[in-house]
Amino acid sequence: MTTENKPTTAPDSTPFVGNTRKVSQHVNQNEGLIFEKSSPGKKAYRLAPLDVPEVDAAKLLGAAARTGLGALPEVSEIEIIRHFTRLSTWNYAIDLGMYPLGSCTMKYNPRINEAIARLEGLADAHPYQPEALSQGAMRILLQLQRCLTEITGMDAITLQPAAGAHGEFTGILLVRAYHESKGNPRKKILIPDSAHGTNPATAAICGYQVENLKSNARGMVDVAQLEQMVCDDTAALMLTNPSTIGVFESEIHKIADILHAKGALLYMDGANMNALVGKTRPGDFGVDVMHLNLHKTFSTPHGGGGPGSGPVVCKKILEPFLPIPVVVENSDGTLHFDYDRPQSVGRVREFYGNFGMFVRALAYILANGPDGLRQTTEDAVLNANYIRRHLEDVYDLPYTTPTLHEVVFSDRRQARNGVKTGDIAKRLIDYGFHPYTVSFPMIVPGALMIEPTESESKEELDLFIDAMRQIAREAEENPALILNAPHSTRISRLDEVGAARKPVLRWKPEAAGQA
Amino acid sequence: MRYLPKSPADRVAMLQAIGIASIDDLFATIPAEYRLERDLAIPRAMSEQEILAHFRAASDQNANGYASFLGAGVYRHYRPVVIDAMVQRGEFLTSYTPYQAEITQGTLQAIFEFQTMICELTGMDIANASMYDGSTGAAEAVMMAVRVTGRNHVLVAKTVHPEYSEVMATYAQHQGLTKQVVGYGEDGRIDHAALEAAITEQTACVLIQSPNFFGTIEDVEAIAALAHAKGALLIVSIAEALSLGIVKPPVEADIVSLEAQSFGVAPSFGGPYCGVIACKEKFLRQMPGRLAGATRDKDGRCGFVLTLSTREQHIRREKATSNICTNQALVALMTCIYMTIYGKQGLKELAEQNLAKAHYAAHALAAAPGSKLLFAAAPRFNEFVLQSTETPHQMRHRLLEQKIIGGVSLAKWYPELENATLWCATEMNTREQIDAAARVFAQKGMPMLTHV
Repeated sequence: MTTENKPTTAPDSTPFVGNTRKVSQHVNQNEGLIFEKSSPGKKAYRLAPLDVPEVDAAKLLGAAARTGLGALPEVSEIEIIRHFTRLSTWNYAIDLGMYPLGSCTMKYNPRINEAIARLEGLADAHPYQPEALSQGAMRILLQLQRCLTEITGMDAITLQPAAGAHGEFTGILLVRAYHESKGNPRKKILIPDSAHGTNPATAAICGYQVENLKSNARGMVDVAQLEQMVCDDTAALMLTNPSTIGVFESEIHKIADILHAKGALLYMDGANMNALVGKTRPGDFGVDVMHLNLHKTFSTPHGGGGPGSGPVVCKKILEPFLPIPVVVENSDGTLHFDYDRPQSVGRVREFYGNFGMFVRALAYILANGPDGLRQTTEDAVLNANYIRRHLEDVYDLPYTTPTLHEVVFSDRRQARNGVKTGDIAKRLIDYGFHPYTVSFPMIVPGALMIEPTESESKEELDLFIDAMRQIAREAEENPALILNAPHSTRISRLDEVGAARKPVLRWKPEAAGQA
Repeated sequence: MRYLPKSPADRVAMLQAIGIASIDDLFATIPAEYRLERDLAIPRAMSEQEILAHFRAASDQNANGYASFLGAGVYRHYRPVVIDAMVQRGEFLTSYTPYQAEITQGTLQAIFEFQTMICELTGMDIANASMYDGSTGAAEAVMMAVRVTGRNHVLVAKTVHPEYSEVMATYAQHQGLTKQVVGYGEDGRIDHAALEAAITEQTACVLIQSPNFFGTIEDVEAIAALAHAKGALLIVSIAEALSLGIVKPPVEADIVSLEAQSFGVAPSFGGPYCGVIACKEKFLRQMPGRLAGATRDKDGRCGFVLTLSTREQHIRREKATSNICTNQALVALMTCIYMTIYGKQGLKELAEQNLAKAHYAAHALAAAPGSKLLFAAAPRFNEFVLQSTETPHQMRHRLLEQKIIGGVSLAKWYPELENATLWCATEMNTREQIDAAARVFAQKGMPMLTHV
């Protein structure tokens, strides 16, 4: 497991065409797997003395008694602290710098959110404690619901879905239940070719066929084609707006009208809602149902891949189908959970959703207020357009349509020297940035999908622009520098093909030397 | 606007650089009739101090200072402070899914360690990087079994957590699956005869939970034999992960769906938690969710990557094994640290304490006149069902007066179990608390006493 790091910026062989103002090398610690530190008898815990009589586990459990816990580690507390601290230093993070992953919205995660989520009465609240002793938690649910329906211009909401894809699943279940209530669930979901992979995967698990909709030359929905495709079998269109290339569908009202005329619904993937908050509301421009990603637009931390939260907001016509339970206000002002909803699609998750994320999202909304949320959106769009303006002369911009919160270039120019988007992304690491989103959306071959978010200062953006321009120069002058990047990380590019061909998905005691 | 790192002058300079006069020029593609020309009707911006006060007030409105005997899928265990110290490091907290392996080795190695520990605990060959929670994990495990077997009939034990069962039904409804519930016997475990009769050549899988919703431990080996005899898979859902410290792992199962909330994750009014699917290696290609694998870089150094992504939605789109994208990474990290802290010896000792506490509590509470321990014939871990002559409502009221939150009433899901409540005792419950609850029980039938 030990890795040797070679110095990469020896003075005589500086691997940059210019200089890197953002980063310099520093030492980080090697660290093996925790299992390799384990040794019988080491401990990181001490239990309180048992205050009830001891029991004979073997007798109580009989054949169900366990004999051993295999290779779980035995280590001390300081080793645990060092182990995970060392691992943490191998990660890039928003707290270190710009994280321009398009579509992922890597914005600042405020620390007050973390503090309040740990308040005892919230963190220790059991989902089955009496409602009378849960009024504070339920009040948070209600307040967040009201904020999110207002922000989106919708009528009703469920907070239950655990993530964006889970929200999509819930939203399409609502669509299906609606059509079923009219006597026919219908067969197809239309999905643009620029959509996130979760959209077609969601349609499939809800029992729908996926029909792909080709984008037009401006990267937008081809309205004429849509009109031809929508028929009595169309359940809904799943549309990301602004689209994955950052373009607002300016004919959105026409799109909604075409669908509604045939009895179909408009589902909006709210992954890019951070481009719209406070400036326009999906409920006002014809959307029937959409999900939100609290871990994108509303600042809850990504945590290395989760937890997320994917509330679904909808119009009145879909409200009867929302998952159970629903928070309801009694006439005396107290709150209760209503389970008696005969038309509900059922439950999509146990309990009420990722409550800890609701607390954080609500705190974010309260920290900003209406003017702050609007300014946030404006800054996100300003940042993206600032980058676009400063890079469009060196990177190919396949769609010149005005964009909002993100900008998608292609590697067409650099590819002439054999440098692809994935290579440029890896090179960006040497300049101290996390890569942008690579090779997505699929409508842009060799895509560089850049979303700075509002959390970047002008100085950080200028550093990023500098880095991207230097890399463009390197592509002309010294492509090998890019093709072998990153040069500054603990490890170089990993053998992903080998990883998939011969999967090693766990450590094994006998294979300690190999893992 | 304390989260926005720009001065008014910065904004002006940037607009000039772009070559526009006003920020609204950038929003010109939004048709005028849909532009919001007013403030959102949400509360005004608050200071940090006000936010803290706002949520503290909410926190104070919830149960505070109560002794609790609630379990039923969410378990109260001590959470070592080391966990929070580690997961609040920005490098873990504010990092994205580790697609760029060179700069996310920390997260990737931790996932690899998590996967290993889950395998060791459950007795399975492989485990994924996490699912949303135990309920959706069980549903995904069922869909996985359907893909593996090509069959579409599913048997679900009535003793699976009722909310897991409901979630599974929601997932299954548009997959052309048929679901049949198998009841329980006198010992509170799945009725083996009924199960044997229900399994056919069309059965994709049998879904059980162990310890089950009543807290009793199923005979996994015998149930596996019944399922396997007809070519069906056995899925074992485990809601109380700590039970694995002392209860034999379900090695005879084909798929295990674990909820790891017990391992250092706050109850947090229902989430976020940490589901995880583990299974036999031969089902790897049908596994949903992310997987971290070990590999080498071009200089031969060991490292980790997310692997086998051709199963996943961002590659396979509508043909993916699941639509899951975001999972519960940070919570999985919490459970990984918890398993590391307690480790091989600690999980066992802690599980033994839970067993002792629940044993003591069950007998103390059942000793009261009119009380009875149900399903006493089967082995249990830290939960038990009490039958009372009093309604759960009356009992709850008297307990709350003593600042005790008693067990969950079961009649809502099991009408046949009128006046039955599900209790859980963990290392968090002191003997004093248990004795206090027993005293309240003992006063039952003597209501006048409280007025003396």
